[in-house]
Amino acid sequence: MTLQQIYFGYFATMMTIISLLVVSRKNPVHSVLWMLVLFVHMAGLYLFLNAEFLAAVQIIVYAGAIMVLFLFVIMLLNLRKEEKEFRLQKQWPVSAVTAVLFLVVLVSILGKITVLPELGEYSIDMINAQGSLMTIGNVLYTKYLLPFEIASVLLLVAIVGAVVLAKKRIE
Amino acid sequence: MVPLNWYIILSAVMFSIGMFGFLSRRNLVIMFICLELMLNAVNVSLVAFSHYLQSINGQILVFFVITVAAAEAAIGLAIIIAYYKNNPTIKVDEINILKG
Amino acid sequence: MDLPITITLMDIRAIVPELTLICVGLIIMLLDLVVKKKDLVALAGIAGTVLALFGTYKLYGVTDTQFVFSNMFVLDGYANFFKVIFYINLILTICISIKYMEIEKSSFGEYYALLLFATSGMMIMASAADLIVLYLGLELMALSTYILTGLMRKQPRSNEAAIKYFFLGAFSSAFLLYGISLTYGMTGTTNIKEIAFAISTLGIADNPIMYLGLIFMIVAFSFKVALAPFHMWAPDVYEGAPTSITAFMSVGPKAAGFAVMGRILMGAFGDMQAQWVTVLIPLAVLTMATGSIIALSQTNIKRMLAYSSIAHAGYILLGIIAGTPEGLTASVNYLMIYTFMNIGAFAIVIMLRSKGFQGENLDDYKGLAKSHPVAAALMLIFMFSLAGIPPTAGFIGKFYVFMELIGSGYTPLAIIAIIFSAISAFFYLRIVVYMYMKDAEQEIVLTQSPTMNIALAVTSVMVLVLGIFPSFLLYFVRYSIMGY
Repeated sequence: MTLQQIYFGYFATMMTIISLLVVSRKNPVHSVLWMLVLFVHMAGLYLFLNAEFLAAVQIIVYAGAIMVLFLFVIMLLNLRKEEKEFRLQKQWPVSAVTAVLFLVVLVSILGKITVLPELGEYSIDMINAQGSLMTIGNVLYTKYLLPFEIASVLLLVAIVGAVVLAKKRIE
Repeated sequence: MVPLNWYIILSAVMFSIGMFGFLSRRNLVIMFICLELMLNAVNVSLVAFSHYLQSINGQILVFFVITVAAAEAAIGLAIIIAYYKNNPTIKVDEINILKG
Repeated sequence: MDLPITITLMDIRAIVPELTLICVGLIIMLLDLVVKKKDLVALAGIAGTVLALFGTYKLYGVTDTQFVFSNMFVLDGYANFFKVIFYINLILTICISIKYMEIEKSSFGEYYALLLFATSGMMIMASAADLIVLYLGLELMALSTYILTGLMRKQPRSNEAAIKYFFLGAFSSAFLLYGISLTYGMTGTTNIKEIAFAISTLGIADNPIMYLGLIFMIVAFSFKVALAPFHMWAPDVYEGAPTSITAFMSVGPKAAGFAVMGRILMGAFGDMQAQWVTVLIPLAVLTMATGSIIALSQTNIKRMLAYSSIAHAGYILLGIIAGTPEGLTASVNYLMIYTFMNIGAFAIVIMLRSKGFQGENLDDYKGLAKSHPVAAALMLIFMFSLAGIPPTAGFIGKFYVFMELIGSGYTPLAIIAIIFSAISAFFYLRIVVYMYMKDAEQEIVLTQSPTMNIALAVTSVMVLVLGIFPSFLLYFVRYSIMGY
């Protein structure tokens, strides 16, 4: 057992437990708060995988923006009454069996996964020498320029959509 | 050294938990949170692949997934609010005007 | 290491049609602020689409495949042909929605802008040469259609349709991402051409993980094109959405889904054809069965047309199962014909909607031939075409798909498809019987507008012309797909 494996073991156990907490809490606010804890752990794992930039984005964008949006909406909707009722749908045993079978199939197939293709040029040393941000930025604004621009249209659609659906006056 | 399949199995476990939540919870907002959990599970596998294959594509895709998740959250929550204004419930098994 | 920025004029030229649509979408949103009459906004949308169509026409001369933006975006006849389908879909949808959205009191400029953005998303999907671009194009299309579905936000039906569409759509895109992730992990790339290369050089066509990734992607696309058993959302969403949007999304996202299915299955997973055919055959049979049989018991015409579109997705899938370029040609040909006949049928449904009258029940069609003979005759043409009765275009479409299927040795499958096609004729003909043989229960007022008449004229003429002179379109499709 190396130090790395212990580190991974901590994160994997915590992430599994927190995921279970996220899906099982009755109060949506608690779910969101557990999700935030999960994101912090994910960011830790990303650091371990040499993705410092994504670790930062995970905290800033996912935890800082998206989950806060969720909190706002939960506050807008008055959900006091719903908390007293049963939290699962009627067919939940079927869903549980489906999910467990799905997991068994996934683990039995993915358990044997190994690295098959040739390794690329972005080795750990290379990313470290250049910096994670520099590496991603370099690729994002050259090779992946087109998807980057499409993402901008996507965000525009999201703004327009939110305004049309929630704000626009209808006579 | 941590082998690649540990990460991939972790991601599969998170994905399945998210899927269970999506298929069985009644509260629309929590179902949405479960969807985010599934996306994050995929992100873990993408970052792990990216690291072990020494290629940067996976990290770029994760970056875009986060962008799309933000856009999706804005629209999804707007749809939920629009629904809630007309029918004050967000229990998924009570959403059943359309059937046939 | 600094990567140089290498964008040439050719790169920009290749995305001119997409850029045009997006720019016109932006202009429409600005125009919406100053123009009171929304008809003008809609006409601006049509003008923009025609401009984009012209751009695609100019690029049609480029028959050999070109990769631009560092192999992110591909320009070939296949993509261009699908873009033409999207333009036709967009123009016809705008034509039939102008009056309708006024009646529904939801005539916003954003409506037309979102239609343009959704279409540009579909075009990006059709041209995607990289899974990342494909994912973003798909989300651009999907997010715009979620909004359009829920646009009539004072109506609980529309809200509910949007919720169902959004949740199942987002669920399916999580599966798409998982599929992309596994494929990336096994091949080390997200580029479609390089994936095909990696599969053959690494010899991983039999690898169960590749198989899993492939299945996840097929599941995700099945959601998008509404193949059974992933079709549950379609009837509810089609019923609840504004009818013009139902027409739009029964063609556009479906065609886009088939475009990427054809490109990914044949382009990236060509070596795994044996595997994906075994997955697709049961899907196709189940889809045709569900679509044809459940439609028999529907009383709402939008729901009935939803099941009909599910059944049609099954027929289109048959051409992909054939697995040959000719099979793909037959499928694409069918998609083009389907565009005309389906939007035509929805145009009649929209005409029946007037102030204070929903006009969505099958009973509302009783005696239509007496009060409105022209509308009834047009509906007759569309129903015959959807049922696949000669001399309409629907027959030609089905005929070529079945011929290619038999040519590839799937004769039993073709026979099953013909049986379901015969079953489905019942519910199409039921409407014809209602229109011509029953007496009207109430006065029906048709809502007419110049653009609606143009749309109806174009669709009905095309359905008849393509039915009588099919070789023209087929030649055009062959020419487009040649390089593929």
